[in-house]
Amino acid sequence: MTADETRAALASAFGVDVTSAPVMSVTVSPDRWEELGRFAKETLGCRFFSFLTAVDWKEQGLEVVAKVDNLDDNVGLLLKTRLGPGVTICSSLTPVYRGANWMERECFDMFGIRFENHPDLRRMLLDDAWEGHPLLKSYAVDTPHPPYR
Amino acid sequence: MLDESTVSRVEMDWSGPERLTMNMGPQHPSAHGVFRAIVTLEGETVVAVDAVIGYLHRCHEKLSETLTYAQYPSIASKTDYVAAMTSEFAYVLAAEEIGKIEVPKRAQYLRVICAELQRIASHLLWLGTWCMDMGGALGGGATIFLYCIRERELILDLFEALVGARLLYGFFQVGGTRYDIPDGWAQKCRETIDLIDSRVDEYQQMLEQNAFFLARAKGVGIVSRELAEDVGIAGPLLRGSGVNWDLRRNAPYSSYGDFDFRVPVETDGDCYARYRVRMAEFRQAIAIVRQALNKLPAGPISSRPALKSVAQIRIPKGEAYARVEGPRGEVGTYMISDGSAKPYRMKWRGASFSNLAVLPHIIPGHKVADVVAIMGSVDPVFGEVDR
Repeated sequence: MTADETRAALASAFGVDVTSAPVMSVTVSPDRWEELGRFAKETLGCRFFSFLTAVDWKEQGLEVVAKVDNLDDNVGLLLKTRLGPGVTICSSLTPVYRGANWMERECFDMFGIRFENHPDLRRMLLDDAWEGHPLLKSYAVDTPHPPYR
Repeated sequence: MLDESTVSRVEMDWSGPERLTMNMGPQHPSAHGVFRAIVTLEGETVVAVDAVIGYLHRCHEKLSETLTYAQYPSIASKTDYVAAMTSEFAYVLAAEEIGKIEVPKRAQYLRVICAELQRIASHLLWLGTWCMDMGGALGGGATIFLYCIRERELILDLFEALVGARLLYGFFQVGGTRYDIPDGWAQKCRETIDLIDSRVDEYQQMLEQNAFFLARAKGVGIVSRELAEDVGIAGPLLRGSGVNWDLRRNAPYSSYGDFDFRVPVETDGDCYARYRVRMAEFRQAIAIVRQALNKLPAGPISSRPALKSVAQIRIPKGEAYARVEGPRGEVGTYMISDGSAKPYRMKWRGASFSNLAVLPHIIPGHKVADVVAIMGSVDPVFGEVDR
């Protein structure tokens, strides 16, 4: 599926604008997140799972971003969803992409986002006893962590 | 807050009559860093594996929010310290894409030369350590390792002559490169890659005529094409699983389109296929360096003006995802700029992180000794896994 066909398919299935620059990106509401992942993989042929992360937009809340690629036709797609202020729950992409497993664990570790239906949601990089989620903007760079103060 | 879901679920599993849960690492010689694999064994066979990473975590993503565009590139080299050039490359590309900053042609070629030399150095280190992991089967084990380190030193000498550092460079800057090649460097570089070109044949003969090597590499750790894409593994692993995908050709950056090279692909998906891909990549990297040296244009090496302060470079609002084909695959930075002198947010897509994530899917069913061979064939660098 070419880039134009992908754009048209997304626009008709989800009724949202598809931005082209810098990479094609599409934003959906959180309740359609898993559906978007499934559509990208099965209908658009974006089977390559590149990464998943989040962005803390302070009072506007968290945004979850994932990148998937269609390697056969060389089409990249950024999937985005805004969780809303104060919301830290998002549906998981693990039923669709196995690569989402570690990426969502890292995202939970760094942002405290709970991915529903994730089979094994525990911290990825930090210690299990770590307090706080470092990539939140409210987490100061010099936050002390016991026993290192 | 420590709660139910954050507590590690890994426990000793005594449910079966012959089941043993064992730690490999975090200090295991074959891990090439600090990596802990908790393996559950039935006899010699692994039935489950849980990977524990993060021992080298420095939170580069938070660090990048606190350092300016002028400061961070030299820190970026600390993510993948075996291929420091590649990490710097991914960072500056993202900033240049958002800021629409022009990079002079000479700088683009110098970047390509360094990235490809880095690929050769990184693959040499991989070959040496992987063969040493497989130990005694290869005539004492350390033979290939010492050969590879000997050749890698020559490349590090080139980098030292160019930058002044052997491992962590700070060679890239937003807008170009920091140094130009010194007199006589191009000639020395040509001699070095000619030498390595001839030595790669020697390694291939040593290994591919060794029945023990073939027995340990062939048919071990098979990654199917479907699994490869689903987990998002990249680079030689992806190409070893039959996916014809290389960012240098499929999404050319920094003048890669000017060079003539092939993308090696193998279809078996096992350790041997990954080995074959990397061995072929030596040749292609050497070919690219040769072409780039021959065609190296004259001109400036950076479009960046002299800075009065480190906060002088400001990138306009915007976002970009820049990716480069590193020795271990797609190294990417997803950068969001808010118009200040530092990124608002930056995500590192470390190739090793995604590559390592395939281990729990492929290791079960193999013997303990194969775990070492498979882990080595993935070529993880833990600075990049943990970031």
